[in-house]
Amino acid sequence: MNYELRCRECGKSWGNQPRSICDDCFSPLEVSYDYAAIKLTRDEIARRPPNMWRYAELLPLPANYHPNLPVGFTPLLSATHLAQKIGARRLCIKNDAVCLPTLSFKDRVVAVALAQARNFGLDTVACSSTGNLANAVAAQAAREGFKAWIFIPADLEPAKVLGTQVFGAQLVRIAGSYDQVNRLCSQIADERSWGFVNVNLRPYYAEGSKTVGYEIAEQLGWRLPDNIVCPMAGGSLIVKIKKAFDELVRLGLVEEKKVRFFGAQATGCSPISTAVKSGNTEIYPQKPSTIARSLAIGNPADGHYAIKTMTGTGGWSEDVSDSEIVESIQLLAETEGVFTETAGGVTVGVTRKLYEQGRISPDDVTVACITGNGLKTTDALASAYETPEPIAAKIGEFENYLQKTISLHPEIQEPVEA
Amino acid sequence: MTITVDIPTALRRHTAGTGRITCAAANLGELFSTLDQKFPDLKPHLRDEKGEVRRFLNVYVNDEDIRFLGGPQYAFQDGDEILLVPSIAGGAPDFERQNLWGSS
Repeated sequence: MNYELRCRECGKSWGNQPRSICDDCFSPLEVSYDYAAIKLTRDEIARRPPNMWRYAELLPLPANYHPNLPVGFTPLLSATHLAQKIGARRLCIKNDAVCLPTLSFKDRVVAVALAQARNFGLDTVACSSTGNLANAVAAQAAREGFKAWIFIPADLEPAKVLGTQVFGAQLVRIAGSYDQVNRLCSQIADERSWGFVNVNLRPYYAEGSKTVGYEIAEQLGWRLPDNIVCPMAGGSLIVKIKKAFDELVRLGLVEEKKVRFFGAQATGCSPISTAVKSGNTEIYPQKPSTIARSLAIGNPADGHYAIKTMTGTGGWSEDVSDSEIVESIQLLAETEGVFTETAGGVTVGVTRKLYEQGRISPDDVTVACITGNGLKTTDALASAYETPEPIAAKIGEFENYLQKTISLHPEIQEPVEA
Repeated sequence: MTITVDIPTALRRHTAGTGRITCAAANLGELFSTLDQKFPDLKPHLRDEKGEVRRFLNVYVNDEDIRFLGGPQYAFQDGDEILLVPSIAGGAPDFERQNLWGSS
């Protein structure tokens, strides 16, 4: 193996095992690699299938692991219409709303976690989740032949509940917040030999997020962007994209560049952005109240590292209200044809704010990370649209309908901007 | 007054396997002092060099994060159940420590 677990704070080595905490100092474990042993070239990567496994050497995978699920390699879109609307010029969208198999970036982390669950001989996998992770664990457990136990806050969106149950997973609804669910799962993981992907398998799991960063660099033509805008729940993704960029520089796959990292939260759950804006390096927990339930983590475990990632790169953190989230979902859909969930609304809303505040220059190459699909959170838009009255299937009826619609909305006759 | 304290598995090797104790501590500071006396090996795992609660240690009182109750100032009530739970973070890039084998 060219990797092992190391304590993030005291540096102690823990080998490879299902464990996320250093018993000596209680600090988190991190996967460390022997980078000197990694030989990887752009040409070699280009020859491989378009999925996250093309970066296998940079992931903590068991020896001779043969993945059988093509996860990742989602589109990087040039968002020219959105850019025009928000005062940007060189804005891209990394679109994990279409990540397979369950339409969120969580498919990436689960793929790595389950590879290690198999390696460690575990027959049951589990997670605490705000929804997307639940879907990803349930689906991949079904395909890989694991039993799955999924713990969620009881108030989750119906589509995310159904999208877990359909895969045959055991669903446990907890009457409480995600933070309470997460605490319970820490206790259960203490007692049972289950592979909790985001508890005892977390160091491996979190490495899967790096593939978002590798793909962005490759899709930009093996260049790093100037800025990343990333949604933050537990705060892990933004940290791992930074790690991915640092690794690519280290391996000589991209030129070194100072990338600034910007984090996005919902105002109703903004422990990380609140800390950044007030100059704190530590998190003070919050009780979430936001429609962006996939980001509703009031006590973000990686918050401290997320803050360091932003402040250490000259970045910043912002947050947006629930109404701004809905408007931003609509804005992204109407300009770029991408239907994202509430977390994506947070990212787009914050991106817009950062341009308005002048924190991001229009000429910078900026990538906004869309991490989930709007079809899972349609309830957020429930009151945004009226259902049109049906008309008869007659051409005359349609002509009347068209004239009436034009009189109410004359702008629909205006030419579309190229 | 009596409170109950649950100690997570990760720390039990410093408590000779003890997973639960009862004591009469009035607040978090007194609780930690009690634990220090009972289990001297545990002390450095609960607080850092400056005496602050370790960043990745969460303290819950009857299912509520103690930080919502006033933190170290919170006065324990008779029958309070205290939980010490590690916070599960993923860590961060740190190439100084990342470089296991000493070369790049």
